[in-house]
Amino acid sequence: MEPMTGTSFIVFTALKVVVFFVLLLVFVAMSTYFERKIAGFIQNRSGPNRVGPLGLLQVMADGLKFILKEETEPGGSNKKFFFLAPVLALVPATVLFAVLPFAAPLPTRWGLMEMIVADAPVGFLYVLAIASLGVYGMVLGGWASNSKYPFLGALRGSAQMVSYEVALAMSLVPVLMLVGNVTMPEIVSAQQRFAEGTGAYGAWFILPLMVAGLIFVISGVAETGRVPFDLPEAESELVGGFHTEYSAMKFGMFFLGEYAHLITTAALITIFFLGGWDIPFWEGDNIRVLADGTVIGEPAWWKTLLTLGSFTVKSLALVLFFMWLRWTIPRFRYDQLMDLGWKVFIPLLMGYIMLMGLAIYLLDSWGIPSGLKYSAALIGLNVVLMVILVWVVDRGSIVRGATARTRRAPGTAPARTRPVAPNEAD
Amino acid sequence: MPGSVKIVVRPEASASYVRAISTGLGITLKHMVKPKKQTQQYPDEKWDLSRRLRGTHRMATHEDGRAKCVGCGLCPTVCPVNCIKLIPAEDENGERYAAVYEIDEFRCIFCGFCQEVCPVEAIHLGVHYENAEYSRERWVYDLERLTELEHPFTALWDPFDPASE
Repeated sequence: MEPMTGTSFIVFTALKVVVFFVLLLVFVAMSTYFERKIAGFIQNRSGPNRVGPLGLLQVMADGLKFILKEETEPGGSNKKFFFLAPVLALVPATVLFAVLPFAAPLPTRWGLMEMIVADAPVGFLYVLAIASLGVYGMVLGGWASNSKYPFLGALRGSAQMVSYEVALAMSLVPVLMLVGNVTMPEIVSAQQRFAEGTGAYGAWFILPLMVAGLIFVISGVAETGRVPFDLPEAESELVGGFHTEYSAMKFGMFFLGEYAHLITTAALITIFFLGGWDIPFWEGDNIRVLADGTVIGEPAWWKTLLTLGSFTVKSLALVLFFMWLRWTIPRFRYDQLMDLGWKVFIPLLMGYIMLMGLAIYLLDSWGIPSGLKYSAALIGLNVVLMVILVWVVDRGSIVRGATARTRRAPGTAPARTRPVAPNEAD
Repeated sequence: MPGSVKIVVRPEASASYVRAISTGLGITLKHMVKPKKQTQQYPDEKWDLSRRLRGTHRMATHEDGRAKCVGCGLCPTVCPVNCIKLIPAEDENGERYAAVYEIDEFRCIFCGFCQEVCPVEAIHLGVHYENAEYSRERWVYDLERLTELEHPFTALWDPFDPASE
């Protein structure tokens, strides 16, 4: 079956834009509900349960409240940017979805339809470019408010986003080295099982690229600006951070933007490291459209549905994980956050990229075709690296009190980092 | 000994993000999967109130519906915040009654002195706390309103049953 072209391509693309945008917004709205429910359960509360059955209509009540509330605007604010910031917070998170493949290609009467809104040849770079736009909403919102707390939040936010963007992009380099391609459907196919030597590795990249996957997940949380990386918001320190001065629907858009960003990040992790729409241990969904238009595998509508389900389940599980994480751990101290980004992740990734490059070079030069054997070798290497990372690198050298690092004259004893309690034997 | 502070010694050498976070995630997971809900669904489930809770006042009545108050004036005298307004009068039989009896529940501090001092056990505090109103005027309870209320009287402290059981 030929891929879709001409008028039908345009019509179906428009249709996909509408359908997926609406679906995304529905998921965004529902995730606010689930966040509150999960927060409730973790804290021995019930969560929203007054509006509608199980509190499910709470989302609508919140939306209505956002629309009906009074819009306030601080004096001396920069009106243009004050209005623009919430839009800039919401839009990048949603347009990022344009290049994400949702499911296996769908056969129609007019040709094979790729389940992706825009199959851009540079999909990967588009992801990085748009993801870094997200910081503008935060920075402009904080700056245009003409207020101290939002300004501090924006400063923190910009520093944090810039730092973790580096780690985010660098942790994807090993993925690119393995796939050798920057189109998103190819990245998904590379994690499926095809004939040996066709650039498919038969394993989700979270296994052969475990370290990169871990760092990508952590940097992804930092990019969404959620706990433990919610320093731009930091309601206990900066009132509300960059959106302190926002009210009504303008705040609502920041709020929606945060959840859209969360879902987008989850979807990105799914695609890069959890096999995208791939269903594990099943060969039937291995469908691949090559650049010249030939199709490997047998597309069917029910396979499209199943893979869409798989993609949704994986992404939502990650969203759930992020919520679970949010209600578990406290916020980073600012210097620890910067240390983790610049002094830990970036050197770690540099070494990791070198090592993986070497490993890939060696495996290629030994003539091992891409496939299960190839990824098994990488998995072995990564397990060793993970053990070293968790038991050696992540020991003492990361968490440290601020006082422990104060400079002291050579030869003197390190300063005590905490007072000695009377019941403590010295 | 005035209490000792437990100090958890965590050597820097054994600190680890990954292990510490996974421990924390395990704890929250336990709560998420098996929530021990502490929430009271308030308007649906109400508190079990003590018999001695001092809440909204009530005026006791005779069987024919007349308020028991004899207008002696002890309660406005004893009231520490002056929230009781009493104008006594005398009927054709020479019996005193309260012509005007108003309690400003907004000023009241619910000390219960009025109930303790009343010689005829007319004014009582009640086991009742849901008395929100939309205007301050509505918080001034007149005699008619005080006699119409139906919640139970507050039990006074009994020296022979100090724990009130």
